[in-house]
Amino acid sequence: MAGYKPVAIQTYPILGEKITQDTLYWNNYKPPYNYAVTASSRIHIYGRYSQEPIKTFSRFKDTAYCATFRQDGRLLVAGSEDGGVQLFDITGRAPLRHFEGHTKAVHTVDFTADKYHVVSGADDYTVKLWDIPNSKEILTFKEHSDYVRCGCASKLNPDLFVTGSYDHTLKMFDARTNKSVISVEHGQPVESVLLFPSGGLLVSAGGRYVKIWDVLKGGQLLVSLKNHHKTVTCLYLSSSGQRLLSGSLDRKVKIYSTTSYKVVHSFDYAASILSLALAHEDETIVVGMTNGILSVKHRKSEAKKDSLPRRRRPAYRTFIKGKNYMKQRDDILINRPSKKHLELYDRDLKNFRVSKALDRVLEPSCTIKTPEITVSIIKELNRRGVLANALAGRDEKEISRVLNFLIRNLSQPRFAPVLINAAEIIIDIYLPVIGQSPVVDKKFLLLQGLVEKEIDYQRELLETLGMMDMLFATMTRKESTSVWQHASDGFLENKKVES
Amino acid sequence: MHYKYPKRLYSCSFDGTVKLWDYVDGILIKTFVVGLKLHALFTLPSAEDSVFVIINKEKPDVFQLVSVKLPKSSSQEIEAKELSFVLDYINQSPKCIAFGNEGEYVAAVRDFYLSVYFFKKKTTSRFTLSSSRNKKHAKNNFTCVACHPKEDCIATGHKDGKIRLWRNFDDDKKYTYTCLHWHHDMVMDLAFSVTGTSLLSGGRESVLVEWRDATEKNKEFLPRLGATIEHISVSPAGDLFCTSHSDNKIIVIHRNLEASAVIQGLVKDSNIFTGLMVDPRTKALVLNGKPGHLQFYSLQHDKQLYNLDIIQQEYINDYGLIQIELTKAAFGCYGNWLATVEQRQEKETELELQMKLWMYNKKTQGFVLNTKVNMPHEDHITAVCFCNAEKLENPTLVTSSKDGHFKVWILTDDSDIYKKAVGWTCDFVGSYHKYQATNCCFSEDGSLLAVSFEEIVTIWDSETWELKCTFCQRAGKIRHLCFGRLTCSKYLLGATENGILCCWNLLSCALEWSAKLNVRVMEPDPNSENIAAISRSSVGSDLFVFKPSEPRPLYIQKNISREEVQWGVFVPRDVPESFTSEAYQWLNRSQFYFLTKSQSLLTFSTKSPEEKLTPTSKQLLAEESLPTTPFYFILGKHREQQDEKINEAFESELVQLPLTENIPAISELLHTPAHVLPSASFLCSKFVSSLLLSKETKSGEEIPEDVDMEEGKESDDSDKENDFTEKIQDTNNTDLGEDLLHQLSKSEEKELRKFRKVDYSWITVL
Repeated sequence: MAGYKPVAIQTYPILGEKITQDTLYWNNYKPPYNYAVTASSRIHIYGRYSQEPIKTFSRFKDTAYCATFRQDGRLLVAGSEDGGVQLFDITGRAPLRHFEGHTKAVHTVDFTADKYHVVSGADDYTVKLWDIPNSKEILTFKEHSDYVRCGCASKLNPDLFVTGSYDHTLKMFDARTNKSVISVEHGQPVESVLLFPSGGLLVSAGGRYVKIWDVLKGGQLLVSLKNHHKTVTCLYLSSSGQRLLSGSLDRKVKIYSTTSYKVVHSFDYAASILSLALAHEDETIVVGMTNGILSVKHRKSEAKKDSLPRRRRPAYRTFIKGKNYMKQRDDILINRPSKKHLELYDRDLKNFRVSKALDRVLEPSCTIKTPEITVSIIKELNRRGVLANALAGRDEKEISRVLNFLIRNLSQPRFAPVLINAAEIIIDIYLPVIGQSPVVDKKFLLLQGLVEKEIDYQRELLETLGMMDMLFATMTRKESTSVWQHASDGFLENKKVES
Repeated sequence: MHYKYPKRLYSCSFDGTVKLWDYVDGILIKTFVVGLKLHALFTLPSAEDSVFVIINKEKPDVFQLVSVKLPKSSSQEIEAKELSFVLDYINQSPKCIAFGNEGEYVAAVRDFYLSVYFFKKKTTSRFTLSSSRNKKHAKNNFTCVACHPKEDCIATGHKDGKIRLWRNFDDDKKYTYTCLHWHHDMVMDLAFSVTGTSLLSGGRESVLVEWRDATEKNKEFLPRLGATIEHISVSPAGDLFCTSHSDNKIIVIHRNLEASAVIQGLVKDSNIFTGLMVDPRTKALVLNGKPGHLQFYSLQHDKQLYNLDIIQQEYINDYGLIQIELTKAAFGCYGNWLATVEQRQEKETELELQMKLWMYNKKTQGFVLNTKVNMPHEDHITAVCFCNAEKLENPTLVTSSKDGHFKVWILTDDSDIYKKAVGWTCDFVGSYHKYQATNCCFSEDGSLLAVSFEEIVTIWDSETWELKCTFCQRAGKIRHLCFGRLTCSKYLLGATENGILCCWNLLSCALEWSAKLNVRVMEPDPNSENIAAISRSSVGSDLFVFKPSEPRPLYIQKNISREEVQWGVFVPRDVPESFTSEAYQWLNRSQFYFLTKSQSLLTFSTKSPEEKLTPTSKQLLAEESLPTTPFYFILGKHREQQDEKINEAFESELVQLPLTENIPAISELLHTPAHVLPSASFLCSKFVSSLLLSKETKSGEEIPEDVDMEEGKESDDSDKENDFTEKIQDTNNTDLGEDLLHQLSKSEEKELRKFRKVDYSWITVL
């Protein structure tokens, strides 16, 4: 015959966003590696833990742009409004190199993969490649017809880099050929470009679109994402390469999966976002905004579980005893039915120990973490017709535990039907002994206050509803009857949830 | 059981006869006429020539145990009038009589008395429980009794769940008893094991309890047997136990309390809320089964296929408990989806509702829970229906409820980057002036949805969910609603509580016709335009089959059942029949099954039950008892035909030419090596005659069908070879509307008269 069926624990859907492993991962940021921030004519380097600038470079005559660390973290390069590009040593103060050649503001700089060159793009429509040891200009590309505002060097090939410009194009340059190898049309002024670590895919942001291009297919459009409702200003790739982040003027950072290009998570910020960066292993997410505020979020390090002192396991020999027996031809294999794991309360219920089952789910660890289990057990006891038996015969401490649970959860709409019934039974049972214990009496008074408050809320809600009905009635009734009936009902439900 | 010949069996019946059977061959050997209503029968090995029967002589409530001496005679029918009185004031149930210690005494219980009769001493002692007189509410009535096979020990079961073991009862003063108490409800049956070392008991708890050595401590349980244990028996060899349950189930249990087999028929225990449905995949009949389950019951094999656990909660069988009831179920999208609704209402205001949607999993060949909706409505759900249109891209489900709303649920894609998933969400909520929604129904192509709100029928466009039009007849709440099919898809039918059947034309939005008919069941045939309606009158239930396009019925069958018919369903046939007769054409594509209040499942058939049984039970019987030689098949076939000849005096048959390839005799003859066959000259005449059509098929056009159908569990068939054309001509003359009833009652009268006439003729013939 069928075995014991465990109590079905009622699950309640959580309203709003769905919880996935991504939301858990990205939600784990609390406000590392040092990071550099350019603001006005300064570059600040912030400490990994201190949240304060530990170093400042202020040798700029005008606004500095696009401070970029070299891969090894020892050099820093930044462009400037006046057309200069400066290279700093992290330990020193004065610039190591000063590249002069651009006539207008340099908005983008980057180190190439061989670490000895710097790529810069400027508002004078040119893209230049500099040599660090000689501090000389190697190449100049004049293929863009508008401001060059973003660029990115390939991490694999020291000769390849991509720039995006306000002339709506993205160009990939090869230092060996002194002209662009690929040019693609984005459709909007390009605000940000990004190359995947493999170099096979190119991401560009401009207007409200984020577009992914396949470089290996000569710049074929792979996906066009339109998830922001204002211009996308910055892009960043997570350290694993599995997620792509985009920041936008609509004050949101969206995180995409790079396999399906679907949004898996989204951050909200107080102001429009201009720049965005992630630290190594996604430990920190840093966002610069238009109101001059820099938002820094640290991810909570995953709590390492203290491994329990390992229990001595049986020896290997005993463990495999009988398991390595090979089935002979005439043997009949009889499988032992696997034992079904039952929760403790289920074991009690199976043996009809109803009070004990209720005691178990009234433990603080259960009532606080998983009140739905407690409620489900109360419901099950009620279904079995033994709730009164289980609640009866409790002493002061036990009954106050039950009352505490009721007080905490009675007003929750999802639990109310079950708990109101339980509260009625408790009042019926313990009415004769009221006044014997001040602790329990106080709890009863609290419960009473709660119920009264709830009644007041309901009355207010009804009043509001009546007022709204009147408003609806005065409106011109163009819609069919049924439709606005539904709308008002939906509103009522919302109000209930809020209350 | 005949103790001398183990393959013989006695049976007794209310008609006052005791019959001796050979149960292996199914042959009646002898009939003994006693002449009194016999309630139960017992045999003893020590008294071979007599049987013990329970009779009631004068008053309806006074029963006696008497011994009947069976005279030895060679004739088939023997009068057995030699009765000797054994015990008085007993209960008619066989559970309340037990013979003990190899037939030395017999114990009987009734109310508060235990009576023991000693055959040797020919004395009766009577015991009462002391508390029974003092306490008014002591529920220690005796319910059943069992005797130890070896010792002088009687076990009695009581209403309060106690089991008492009586000893020393041959002495009126020194008798003692001990008490065993585990059951908390009435003990339904008791049985001792063959050696007497353990006692088995069972009751409403659905737990088989084995008391070892008759002590309170040593007890073993076999729990969760599914339903109340009604009877317990022990095999003579002692290795098997057997329990029978209130839900039409027998469980065979090993000596070590392990269930080894379950014989389950159509589960009869619970109320049928879901109605009858047909699973589009297995073609099985689906209805409420075990508590909280849906049963899938194969009509072809009269066998339960499986139970689908819907509620998935531990079932506690206790008196007065309000259980979760499975109230609605519906199949959708060719059996890919199953929607179920369960509810539990303890108090007026506390309603627990849950709707579950199950998806058919091809890999596991079963339904898997997909979506669970808590409180889909504020009040009872009155109807659930799927949109079953063929071109449908998105499965749609509609539920209507007493809270005045109907809700449209659609399947939505719930998948994300982690997994692919689908789920059901509410798409639209509709209402009409806060009336209760009582019924809902999709048109065949799925373009229209009809929802009835009490007296009003509303038609909604299923694309936009706009209200298209309303029909109102002011003739009471709509009880049934259905669209016409195929060529009649422009019609909508509604049956009201006040006994009006209305048919609306959806093109002209007007009432096409209406008839006064108190419709209890209305079922459309999925394969044709026909609609079957069963009406309830004071004498019984009548069946009408009609097409929505014309108000005249195609077929009328009066008095299909004396009881109220609760549900009906058309089951599509695997192979369409081809009845040429006008009265049977509606049975060509589908077969109509209906379920009465006492949960008998009945159907319409043109063949006689005898003929239908032949392929299964008769051949089975042959295979078991005799070695199946080809010779047997030829002779057996011959015998069957002779049987049929006899039967045909009673039953009318359809003349059908036997198809040669279907005759086992021929195939056997052709496939058997020649050297094992009897000589050709011996076989020839029988073989040829087995191929001939029996000439008796001329049978009576005038003979009416027997109206009382057997109410058995297995799908009983009643044969109806009658000239219904005459009756239909009667009704053809009737006008539309209200006149119909008048005319019908007239035709009914005529028919009844005819029956009576024919009945008399029957008697004279006999």
